[in-house]
Amino acid sequence: MSDERTLDLLETKIEELRKLNEVDGMDLAKEIARLERKLEDLRRELYSSLTDWERVRLARHPKRPYALDYIGEIFDGFYELHGDRIAGDDRALLSGIARFDGRRIMVLAQQKGRSTEENKERFFGMARPQGYRKGLRAMAMAERFGFPLVTLIDTPGAYPGLEGEALNIGGAIAESLATMAHLRVPIVSTVIGEGGSGGALAIGVADRVLMLENAVYSVISPEGAAAILWKDRDRAKEAAAALGLTASRLLDLGLVDEVIPEPLGGAHKDFPATAAALRSSLADHLDDLAVLPIADLVERRYARYRATGRFRPIDPASE
Amino acid sequence: MAIFKERQYLRVDVDQERDESLWMKCKSCGELVFKRRVRENNNICPNCGMYFFHTAVERIASLVDDGSYDDRTEPIVADDPLSFVDSRPYEERIEEAREKTGMGDAIVFGKAKIEAIPIVIAVMDFRFVGGSMGSVVGEQVCRAIETAVEDRVPFVLVSSSGGARLQEGLFSLLQMAKTAAARQRLADAGVPFISVMTYPTSGGVQASIASLGDVIIAERGAMIGFAGRRVIQNTIAQDLPDHFQTDAFAFEHGFVDRVVAREELRDELATVLGFFGEAS
Repeated sequence: MSDERTLDLLETKIEELRKLNEVDGMDLAKEIARLERKLEDLRRELYSSLTDWERVRLARHPKRPYALDYIGEIFDGFYELHGDRIAGDDRALLSGIARFDGRRIMVLAQQKGRSTEENKERFFGMARPQGYRKGLRAMAMAERFGFPLVTLIDTPGAYPGLEGEALNIGGAIAESLATMAHLRVPIVSTVIGEGGSGGALAIGVADRVLMLENAVYSVISPEGAAAILWKDRDRAKEAAAALGLTASRLLDLGLVDEVIPEPLGGAHKDFPATAAALRSSLADHLDDLAVLPIADLVERRYARYRATGRFRPIDPASE
Repeated sequence: MAIFKERQYLRVDVDQERDESLWMKCKSCGELVFKRRVRENNNICPNCGMYFFHTAVERIASLVDDGSYDDRTEPIVADDPLSFVDSRPYEERIEEAREKTGMGDAIVFGKAKIEAIPIVIAVMDFRFVGGSMGSVVGEQVCRAIETAVEDRVPFVLVSSSGGARLQEGLFSLLQMAKTAAARQRLADAGVPFISVMTYPTSGGVQASIASLGDVIIAERGAMIGFAGRRVIQNTIAQDLPDHFQTDAFAFEHGFVDRVVAREELRDELATVLGFFGEAS
């Protein structure tokens, strides 16, 4: 976004002045302080009034921390498990065992690529049936050993293509939803970036659903909604606003349990702080859930989803 | 696959005309056919065998024993939690669909019998916002499942849906989780679930409840898949085979147990239900 570029430019300028200040011994301290205050003000102004579309852009920001960044920062000894034992290993959806403080957990996470090269392998975080079936494997294993399941959601959606369709991507997602719905371990899911449609929900049926402040979660991408409902892909901004996809809106609608704050400008501006906030939320929720008997936990999870939906009785008077 | 190459795939007419004239022109063979004959013939063209859309009511009539259907559809209608407006307000869309179809939303369900075997049957209707699943469809599916569990009789779902209803945003997406979760109640109670996929069973419906049947039957001419042809071509510009997402494609790749002609669907259901009998 162009405003963000202005901020980055200002940031670079301050950095340059700081270097000059050190090297030449010029007394620029006052000027630097002034610019820093200005930067902070601009940042606050820009990021306190983000439109939903700008939020989408932030959620997709190329510098945004991805799942493996958080996994490396928050968990210890992530031991990745590869392959669905049927058709291959999906690199967009990762599974593995990890340690998290005193706990052992199972992790399922969507991983986008940083480079073109990496995205060839990871399909921009769009998982294929192999990924969701690997997920089913990980869930079964988590249940077998009583490992709580932690999922990190960051995907534009399931991978749309012939191979995925031929391997029944829809069926794989359906199995994943059904399995999570009655999995006998605690589940905490966090949308860390993009929560795109069924491909996101497939690892998002949980006891607690969290979102990072600038993450988005939607039934369809704004571009897709614009194409279908407005017959014009360029009206994605309007579609983004209409879909109610931001963390704060979804919290208001009662569809997510907690919004984890990000630093001004987004998670990438201060990754350690974002990771620390996520770590502490995950720990709190896992602690909460650990004390519940498994049968209660699964029943509560069912009740949560069973109660989701907004409808009203047909009013006989108005018919 | 070579064996499917020469086959002409059955097309299902999406824009079935509903005017009051006595005759209609079949879009497939071009023949002028007497409308009443089409109706009486399971909405199949008497000349070329093309399938026209069934409404939910017509579908039920074609499947269950005469006079056995006892409607249990909950009298609820969609809310508009996002105050959604695209080219027009969602509320208006719903209002219009209700008037056009006489239905509360895109699904009905009830208790019925097929060859004297008691079942609970839920049927989607494509005319209602493309059969899309929002809060109401999700709720009706769950209540149908609960009714089947309560009565310990098999659950039959006939899908005809483009997927999740976009205008209810995440509420719609979560109906996938809600219906998939409810499916386990059938399993826990030992109640069989027969899923019938018709034209089209796609998106969020194919990726949730419709794919979770103990037995899955595709009606001939069904379109079955997750992401549509257009979405795939727009996203990754991939060439797709002619029979992509057809009934044959679904069968060939193992998504469904059988592909059955519309005229034989009732007998097929009777046969398969006969293996389960009444849960005891």
